[in-house]
Formats: sequence, structure tokens, C-alpha cells
Amino acid sequence: MSAVSEAGVRASRVSRAVAGVGGALGWPGLVSAVLLACVLIAVAAPHLLAPGNPLEVSPSDAFQPPSPAHPFGTDESGRDLYSRVVHGARSSVGIGLSALGIGIGIGALLGFAAGLGPRWLDALLGRVFEVLFALPTLVMALLFIAIIGAGPRSSILAIGIATIPGYARMLRASVRGIRASGYVEYARLDGVSPVRVFARHVAPNSLWPLVSAATLGIGQAIVWVAALGFLGLGALPPSPEWGAMLNAGRVYLTTAWWMTVCPGLAIVATAAALTVLGRRLATGGRAA
Amino acid sequence: MGPAAPGPARARRGATASGRRGATASGRGGATASGRGRTARRLARAILPRLGSALLVMWLTATVVFFALRAAGDPLDAIMGGPGSQAGPEATERAREAYGLDRPLLLQYLAQLWNTATLQFGDSYARKQPVMDLLAANLPPTLLLATLALVLAWALAVAGALLASLGRGPVARLTRSALAGLETVASVTPQFFLGAVLILVFATGFGILPATSSGSSPAQLILPVVTLAVPIAGYLAHVLHGSLDEARDAPFATTARARGASESRVFLRHTLRHAALPALALSGWAYGSLLSGAVVVEALFARQGLGRLLQEAATVRDVPVVIGSVVIIALLYVVIMIVSDVLEAVIDPRLHGQADRRPDEPNRAGVAVAEGAGA
Repeated sequence: MSAVSEAGVRASRVSRAVAGVGGALGWPGLVSAVLLACVLIAVAAPHLLAPGNPLEVSPSDAFQPPSPAHPFGTDESGRDLYSRVVHGARSSVGIGLSALGIGIGIGALLGFAAGLGPRWLDALLGRVFEVLFALPTLVMALLFIAIIGAGPRSSILAIGIATIPGYARMLRASVRGIRASGYVEYARLDGVSPVRVFARHVAPNSLWPLVSAATLGIGQAIVWVAALGFLGLGALPPSPEWGAMLNAGRVYLTTAWWMTVCPGLAIVATAAALTVLGRRLATGGRAA
Repeated sequence: MGPAAPGPARARRGATASGRRGATASGRGGATASGRGRTARRLARAILPRLGSALLVMWLTATVVFFALRAAGDPLDAIMGGPGSQAGPEATERAREAYGLDRPLLLQYLAQLWNTATLQFGDSYARKQPVMDLLAANLPPTLLLATLALVLAWALAVAGALLASLGRGPVARLTRSALAGLETVASVTPQFFLGAVLILVFATGFGILPATSSGSSPAQLILPVVTLAVPIAGYLAHVLHGSLDEARDAPFATTARARGASESRVFLRHTLRHAALPALALSGWAYGSLLSGAVVVEALFARQGLGRLLQEAATVRDVPVVIGSVVIIALLYVVIMIVSDVLEAVIDPRLHGQADRRPDEPNRAGVAVAEGAGA
């Protein structure tokens, strides 16, 4: 009996937690969460959503508009676009995450170095971050592609490097804000060692903004990498990657709109969902 | 491109910081004749560090390109057309001499620094034309496109904010949440997607506007300008919206209302002015978004311009053109930031006639966070 009531308590706790999460997210947040869950399933197990083969060519089915058999239509070689979009999630999200990892990883290191290091280092790095803002992300990415050549790996590297200054600058600002705050001063006056102050106060508090920035950042990185793919500088067309699919569809824009619109919608939906959730995180659950 | 959206909450924190600095303001009467000399001094103080930044970014670009090119392999590869080059050993040697690549590394580096500083970018590898000529031909169309897009983005953002701030009651509330949703969607829609949809609807569907064009007649400009402007408008509206909500019930707005000012007058003369400052602080971000967007929009609409020049040069690894474009883009950024400093001083009545403080100092940290994760 007690087990039953325990289960009941647990169930009500779970339902309350769900309601709490729902309330905190609001309906745009819920829609975003559901969308992201679909994207995650597509990344982890694309066959569950799309059993077809994304690379299977059937020339007689080329340029089919969306229909029950091919919900997103087919491309110039008769490949099923729905399968391609679902299977493309893994490489697009993977590329976005890798670029984000480079940007936010190195950015955080430099930001911490500037925020915690000696004054001259902060002045130097701060100046460099400020100055690098003069180069827009895509411009900086193109600069690196000109140096190392085009390709999927270069576009990860280029977008990663191009986003470093933004993250570094953000983290530097938040670390400096926290360092100047009262509780850090008290801890220091209390004789707490600098390492402990960093680990217990500065790092956790400055990493939280980074979590929301990273959520926003994945969506942005996916969009940037897709932009490079759209410009013909990313993954090569046969592989199912959203940006490369857009580039392939560009030529047929006026005759086969679905080749551009379907992968494009996948990118917009993923980026929008991540943006909504990231903004919620940034405001601590309140509507942004 | 979905503009790299900085955290809106932090943009607002910047607004709060900027609100605090009005505490010692002397009011608008301070801007007198003697204030003009002080204004000039303040401008100089705002402009000089910006020029320093320009030099620093030129040095960084030249240095990074110089060493990265050599770390990534023989720079001659890029000149001779990449790994698949058909050039014989003799031609390669001739090119090595012609481009000074047989000289000691330090001399090559100093030569590159000197050339970058004096804006001598040399000839394009691919087109065999002076880089300066290419830049001169491609800069004006991009400037036109970006300026129109920025004006449209501000107009859309202000119109949306006005619409959202007027009226109370269920209809107004519905409009407001619809606008908020629209802002989010607009700000995350990448330009390559938005542009493609606009082409499909207005060029392929209705057939009323050209899909591709390099011209500058209104019909040829509408689609590219709208494509470039909408994501920026979405983000500006998002920031404006946030700071307007804050300003609507601020004491200065209530005072104006108590004096009998109409709601639209309060909006235009008081709250908008206050709310525009955080949005203006995003000028650097907006510039990045415009330029990144120009690369995509010019490729999509097959327009001639700086973005297309840069993209094509990056594709064939035409290093002199890339360096030239990047340096010009960095210099333009400096001009934009100076203009936005001046605009901020004009819009913010609390800054009139105050000589002894830098206009951007107190909220710099706020702005730094606001501009957040990259433009």
C-alpha cells in the first residue's frame, strides 16, 4: 500500500515537474522542445523516422513534387528528399556542434585568460577581441577558407575560428563583472585561495551565461555552416548535408522549389527552436 | 543569415547602465557655443582609438594571412591555381621570383606589412587586375544595398515597436504576441532561405520582380534589400521591444503624459529615443550582419558587389583580393562605429554638452556582453 502511495506521490511529483517545465517554457518553448526532440531522434537514429535510403538514385523519379510517396519530393537524381533531410540532420548538427566546440572552447579559454590573468594580458586580449569585431563572421570564415582551401573540415574550422572573438569577449566581460562583485571580494578577504575562489564562485557563475550562449550558438553555427555549404564551400553535393542540399537546389530553384524549401525549413526550424530555448535560458525561464 | 543573436536580456542590462549615467546630466541647455569646442574634443577622443583599432586589425590580418598561408603549405600553390595546377617547374620559378617569394621570410613579412598599411594590395592572382580597381568597382553596389537595407530594417523595427506599444486590451495583446513571434522568426531566418522564398513568390510565382540582376533600379533592388533587411529588423525590433517596455512606464514618460502629451508624441520624442540607444549600441553587430548577409544575398541574386568578390576570391584562393576586401571591410567598420558614436551623442540628451567623459565608457561592459556571440 505504501508502495502505491509512494508511486502516486512520485507520479504527482513528475506531473508537477512536467507542468512546471511547461509553464517555464510557455507554448513557443514547448513547440521548440518537441521540434528539437525530433531533430535529436533524426541525429541518433534516422532510420526510425525515415526508413528509406537517402543515397538511392532512381532517375525515373527525378524532380517529383511533394506527394504521399515522397513527402518532400525528389531531387535531380530521383533521391527521396525526406530521407535526405532526416539523414542530413546528423552531419549538419554534427558540423554545427564541432564548429561551436572550437569557437566556444577556445573562446572560453581566452576569455578566462583575459578576465583572470595579469592586467597587460587582459588589455592585450581585450583589444584584440574588440578589433576582431570589425570582421563579420562570414567574412572571417571566407578569409580562412582562402588560406586553407574549401571543404567540410575547413568550414568547421573557419566558422569555429570566426566565432571565437564573440565568445571570448562575452566571457571576459562576465568574468570581470563577477570578479568585481561583493561575494568574490568577501571570499578573498576571508582568505579563500584564488584557485578555490575561481572554482567555487567565478567559474560556475560565468559558465551559466555560456550555457545559454551555447544553445543559441549551436543554431547559429548550423546556419553559418549551411551558408558556406550554400555558397558551394562546404560538404560536397552527394552527401546529405542541409547546406550542400541547398546549394544543389539553387540551380533548380525556379523549376523544383521543394529542393530548396525543404532543407531550408529544416535549418530554420532547428535554428528557431534553439534560439527560443536559448533566450529562455538567458532570462532564467521568463519569456524573452 | 540568422543574425548571431546576442542575449536580449543583457542588451537591456546595457540600457539600465546607460540609464544610470544620466544622474549628473546638465540637461540640454549645456550645448552652447562654448560646448562646440568640447564636442570637437570629445569626437577626437572617440575617433582616435577607433583609428588605432583600424591599424591593429590591418596588422592582424596581414600577419595571420602571412603566417597561416605559409603554415598551410607553399603560398605558390595558391598563385599557380592549387594542387591541380598544370604549371611547369619553370613557370613556377618565374612566379616565385615575380611575387618575391624567393626572398628571406622577414623581408617578405615586412613587405606585406608595408603593402597592407599603404593599401597596396597588388594584382589579383585569378583576374590579373589590380585589386584596388576591383574593390573600387565592387564597393559602391554593396554600400548602396547595405545602406538601403539598414534604413528599411530600422523603419520596420520602429514601426513594429510602435504597433506593439500602442493600445491596451485583448486585441493589442494579441498583436503584441503575434509581433513577438514574428520578431523571433524574422531574426533566425537565414538570408539564403528567405531570399530563395522571396524569389519563388515574387519572381517565379507572380513574375513581378526580377530574380537575378546587378542593376540598381528600384525593381531590381527590392528583393535583395528586403532579404538583407528582414533578419536585422527582427533582431532590432526584439531589442527595441524590450527596452520600450522598460521606458514606457519610466518617470520621464509619465511626466510627459501628465503634461498632456499624446501617446504618439511620448513614443516619438521620449520613449523611442531612450529605447533606441541599446539598439544603436548594436551597430557593430548590425554591420557584421549586413556584410555577412551581403555575401549571401549577392551570391543568391547574382549581383555584383564586395560580398560576391570576396566569396569568389575565397573559392579560388585569390589571396590578394581577399586581403584587400577584408581590410576595406575593417576600415568601413571603423567609419560605422564613429558614425554610431556621433548618433548616440545626438540622440541622447544626457550627453549634450558633457565634455569630460567618454560617451561609451560606463556601459561598455554591458555593450560587450550585449554584442555577445559574434556578429
